[in-house]
Amino acid sequence: MAYVAVKGGERAIEAAHAWLAEERRGDPALAELSLAQIEAQLGLAVDRVMAEGACHDRGLAALAIKQSRGDLIEAAFLLRAYRTTLARFGASEPLDTGAMRIRRRISATYKELPGGQVLGPTFDYTHRLLDFALAAEGAPPPPAPRAAAAEATMPRVTGILAAEGLMAPEPASEAEPGDLTREPLAFPADRALRLQALARGDEGFLLSLGYSTQRGYGNAHPFVGEIRMGAVTVEFAPPELGFAIELGEITVTECQMVNQFAGSKTEPPQFTRGYGLVFGHGERKSMAMALVDRALRAEELGEAVDAPAQVQEFVLLHCDNVEATGFVEHLKLPHYVDFQSELEKLRELRATAQMAGQREAAE
Amino acid sequence: MTAADPSPGLTPGFAAPVPAAQSCFRALLEAMSRPGLIQTLTALPEAPAPLAPAAAAAILTLADADTPVWTDAGPAAEAWLRFHAGCPLVADPAAASFLLATASPPDLALPDAGTEEEPHRSATLVLQVAALEAGAGWTLSGPGIETTHRLHAAGLPAGFAAAWAANAARFPRGVDLVLCAGDSLAALPRTTRLEETR
Amino acid sequence: MTALGYNFGYLDENTKRMIRRAILKAVAIPGHQVPFGAREMPLPYGWGTGGIAVTASIIGTADTLKVIDQGADDTTNAVSIRRFFAKVTGVATTERTGEASIIQTRHRIPETPLRQGQILVYQVPMPEPLFRLEPRLAETRRMHALADYGLMHVKLYEDIARHGHVAISYGYPVLVGGRYLMSPSPIPAFDNPKMDRMPALQLFGAGREKRIYAVPPYTSVRSLDFEDHPFVPVRADAACALCQSRESYLDEVVVDDQGGRMFVCSDTDYCGTRQSHREAAE
Repeated sequence: MAYVAVKGGERAIEAAHAWLAEERRGDPALAELSLAQIEAQLGLAVDRVMAEGACHDRGLAALAIKQSRGDLIEAAFLLRAYRTTLARFGASEPLDTGAMRIRRRISATYKELPGGQVLGPTFDYTHRLLDFALAAEGAPPPPAPRAAAAEATMPRVTGILAAEGLMAPEPASEAEPGDLTREPLAFPADRALRLQALARGDEGFLLSLGYSTQRGYGNAHPFVGEIRMGAVTVEFAPPELGFAIELGEITVTECQMVNQFAGSKTEPPQFTRGYGLVFGHGERKSMAMALVDRALRAEELGEAVDAPAQVQEFVLLHCDNVEATGFVEHLKLPHYVDFQSELEKLRELRATAQMAGQREAAE
Repeated sequence: MTAADPSPGLTPGFAAPVPAAQSCFRALLEAMSRPGLIQTLTALPEAPAPLAPAAAAAILTLADADTPVWTDAGPAAEAWLRFHAGCPLVADPAAASFLLATASPPDLALPDAGTEEEPHRSATLVLQVAALEAGAGWTLSGPGIETTHRLHAAGLPAGFAAAWAANAARFPRGVDLVLCAGDSLAALPRTTRLEETR
Repeated sequence: MTALGYNFGYLDENTKRMIRRAILKAVAIPGHQVPFGAREMPLPYGWGTGGIAVTASIIGTADTLKVIDQGADDTTNAVSIRRFFAKVTGVATTERTGEASIIQTRHRIPETPLRQGQILVYQVPMPEPLFRLEPRLAETRRMHALADYGLMHVKLYEDIARHGHVAISYGYPVLVGGRYLMSPSPIPAFDNPKMDRMPALQLFGAGREKRIYAVPPYTSVRSLDFEDHPFVPVRADAACALCQSRESYLDEVVVDDQGGRMFVCSDTDYCGTRQSHREAAE
């Protein structure tokens, strides 16, 4: 029989992409989703895509979600691939989360604290009962009652502990932090680089790692010192101006985990901190990040490094879902040349083993 | 960097930066891959004296804000490099990613030679010489060379061959050289062995 | 700017310059992995981003590009990457090995010998040859610094003791310039001898792992072996069903569910050229 090699890869690709576009749109009898709807009504998906896509742009994140049919890892990838083509103008001034215009702020370590607890728009204490009223597409909900916004900025819980000398101080540094998008990670990686990697890391991966530290894999005793979510000002100091100008404001979520530390030869027993900061309202991610950040400090604090969450290379080289999804999914690509070489090798090894067996039987 | 009008008194960089940098890079890549083989550049900037066009093109192709440059070429050249390459200029040869020498070359032991773990964090020297001539001078061998090449670089100080041997002896650490004359260049990566032919 | 609104070759000039610097250092230190600030590309990590970044940084309008995957020009990923470069550079593309100035490849080296002046760009998934034996990069970096490759020799020795052969069939480790242990990327071991003293320049790009390395022309590339167990490249003991070649690397094609199979060249250009020569001769 004649063998004809399969051709037409180009046509197949075009047809597949046309099919994808059709599936994306779905039933044309239904109204098409607008980016404004995604941005407004799927806001937490937008936030997650901005965080893992490492690019703060709500509109583009909404576009990525629409284009990816709601596949958030695919959407984060789209945003990253866009981000990488943008010119770099420089680095912003550090965000001052102490001056955050707070929409949510809670502490698990103090019942009452200056500034108070602000629940904000949270799923906490909702009963997870499917709300069939939402399925009915009714009128918008009545406006939520508003309390007067706190006048003063809210002090941080970690600051309260530090005032008593119970919180290990974070060494201040004016040094320019490294940038993992410009220089690949090398190990050991300093904390600034670790936090950069975690901030763009996959929420699910960090969540499970953080969870593992609570279950004995890594000696963690965490308390939520504080979670705060709200708007912060982004400033940029162009070198030619010499002073900072305001670019606008963004929403971020910050989590400070307070952890016991038994002390070392040089340090008294005190609390140490795990830190999480993400774009948008990303509470779960910020908490998981703070747990993993603290676990990754094991080495510098002289603790044993024996749990997965404490191993820098393991955590930082596997937390990026754009990298992970690419390499896992590349297994779909043809590998038949390598597979063929494995077949030949396996046949060779089996023949050798069989011959040896026959020789032994003959002896 | 830019094809826009430079500030007054500055001569232009590459006329068409994207294709010029690409073709100059390919010449550098070919030069580094085939040590000692002379490459002639086609797209050249108008660099101020004492910069030779090929040397200026090499720096323009490779240097930017991320790569400190050391040079002995004087204020006009420095202003030109700062504008067109956007590179920081440093006085300490050990702090530079690129060294651009128009007079006598710096001691090869001074620039950063990288570490055993990171030998790529080493400087590249761009040396202007009086002339480059094939088929005469040193006999070169090593990776990139099928059997041997001959290259004559006029104007290098006596003792250069010995200094080069010392550079090669610390492999994988070491510096790499780009020799430039007029609109042509040839490279000596740290792996190239060099014999003075009598 | 191309019609798409992106720079020539997709990457911006700063990124290209950073990659170009890494490539030159890689050529100067044959076989050494140079870390580089790999960028996200419009194709996923693991699908050739490193090779694409390298090609995008070297390619110019005078080039003719060939892209192969598994030796073939018409596999979907090869088609996709070739289309990408046609879109962002407008350069000429070809399926003929001899006509290409740059050949980007995944998993194969063409059968037609490459010549001086050509550049072979490999897509590399795992650049570290020791990664299955030692996954910690800080450790393998130290081993390369010391040229301490005992771990790999022990692995090969244990294979021979256990099976009578080295049990590595692709991605077979090589020693470059007598100094650096290097992964040839997942090419079949059959292709390894082609790397030795190849007249073309070989560049390797690993995007996700953010490493670039190189083998200059005419550089020694030795597949690790032992004196009493020399390296032997393996191919199927058959002739190509289409061009009758007994020298080329063959794909096994399952033709029915009765165990029937046939063998055809993995290199589609090589096979096609031989077939047309035979037809012309008839």
